[in-house]
Amino acid sequence: MTTELAAQRAAVPHAEPGPLTAPFWHGCAEGQLLFQRCGSCASANFPPAEQCRQCLSPALQWERSTGDGTVYSWTVVHRAATPMFETPYAPAMIDMAEGYQILTNVIDTDIAQLRVGLPVTVDFRAVGDDLWLPYFRPLP
Amino acid sequence: MPTKGRTAAIAGVYNTKQGRRLEGKTTRRLIVEAIQGALGDAGFALEDVDGITSENTASLIYDLRLGPVWQGSTFGVGMVTEAVAAIEYGLANVVVLVAAQAEAYRDHAATAPWTRPENEFVAPWGMFTAAEFALIARRHMEVYGTTREQLSIVAATIRNNGSANPEAVYAGRGPFTPDDITASRLVADPFHLLDCATTSEGGCALVIANVDRLDPACRPVHVLGSGADFFGPSYQHPPAWDLVGRRGEHPNGLVGRHAADMAFAHAGINRDDVDVLELYDPFSFEIIRQLEAFRFCPDGEGGPFVEDGHIAITGSHPVTTDGGTMSFSHAGTNPQMMQRAIRGVQQLRGDAGPLQVPNARIALCSNGGAGAMFTTVLILGDEPR
Repeated sequence: MTTELAAQRAAVPHAEPGPLTAPFWHGCAEGQLLFQRCGSCASANFPPAEQCRQCLSPALQWERSTGDGTVYSWTVVHRAATPMFETPYAPAMIDMAEGYQILTNVIDTDIAQLRVGLPVTVDFRAVGDDLWLPYFRPLP
Repeated sequence: MPTKGRTAAIAGVYNTKQGRRLEGKTTRRLIVEAIQGALGDAGFALEDVDGITSENTASLIYDLRLGPVWQGSTFGVGMVTEAVAAIEYGLANVVVLVAAQAEAYRDHAATAPWTRPENEFVAPWGMFTAAEFALIARRHMEVYGTTREQLSIVAATIRNNGSANPEAVYAGRGPFTPDDITASRLVADPFHLLDCATTSEGGCALVIANVDRLDPACRPVHVLGSGADFFGPSYQHPPAWDLVGRRGEHPNGLVGRHAADMAFAHAGINRDDVDVLELYDPFSFEIIRQLEAFRFCPDGEGGPFVEDGHIAITGSHPVTTDGGTMSFSHAGTNPQMMQRAIRGVQQLRGDAGPLQVPNARIALCSNGGAGAMFTTVLILGDEPR
């Protein structure tokens, strides 16, 4: 049996972005996956931080990610905590090429293809009326 | 400056009735019932209490007219550690630890509501507790080859303990075979429904007291050691097995190892000295992980370890002997965590009924898990260290 994973279509729960996080979501709406690079020690920071999690410098600058990474771990949800989500969907942590991790859902693949180490790339999808979410799909 | 020679012990414990839903009960009523029950078990009166830790502690202090009183601030088995420290430091003599939850569930099919993250970088991707712990379990399965069958053995073992426990929410609902666990519907791969904690209602309390004040009839249980490991807020960041802090010590996947090492060092005992393991069981895999993190078996070998029958009630390392959060009860954020310590006390007092571990003298109790990015450890003994 094959089950193709898809992005959500209807609105999903999401917080109102604040000053620290708004640039990330603006980037998503423009098809760019952003993260913070430390101007002092060059560490990648994600989710957004006020000060570098490595050296505590406040000199963090937004940078565009290549959007490429590999699956670090994954699950497939068959029963969601809220009926707002269509099942199944596949939460996954991605090791990004720039050295940070992001939580997402893997889409456009069969459940049976999911594995640690699977190469993936970002794919922005509109969810509900006003939210662009970074999903990830396998690289061809 | 700590007062010389003062020591504290657990003097009393109490569980209210636990149930999927307790009709006619309120959280406050359960709290008062639990306080009175634990004080009665310890041989103290409300007038003796000069310390308390709960969830809405301040309002409880006011409504029960307990002031002036020492007030603790932590949760779960860590409440015992904190109260012992307060008593040994001379801040209090008789401390009540209490928590309860009623009226929380109108939708019994849902995940426990306090763990539903509304966080900006996890919520839009449908994260919830089972998915958080699934990410940890899947990583272990792919790195070490831990199998679906091994998860089922853990869940069946704990659920069978609960089935044999007349106080459990799911008393008499077994026995379960590993195949029964795997046959239940998928929730968040690799977890099926019966790999997961239930949701329920109930309350509980413990009384910790200066040993100089103890009623000799109360059968005190002693705190031999404890530890606490935290990696960050639960359910706001994806739980990476390999997350490390700047000291580089142990990754989040082994959260609780540093705490257990400290607890065993305090206690001056070895892993082999532990008779019963009251491990926190939010999901089946967490037992395998804790057995490794606490060094009861080598890294990556928790799966084969549970396969060999070690964790059964008759095995060398009996775990979660009341049925835990899967079968005994999973009420609120706090009662279900404190209940690991209560079960440890019951085992060391010989009060565990059909699930008594023969001659149990030392119990290790835990809370948390790698999916929640913290683990706390408490070692109890029937004699002082």
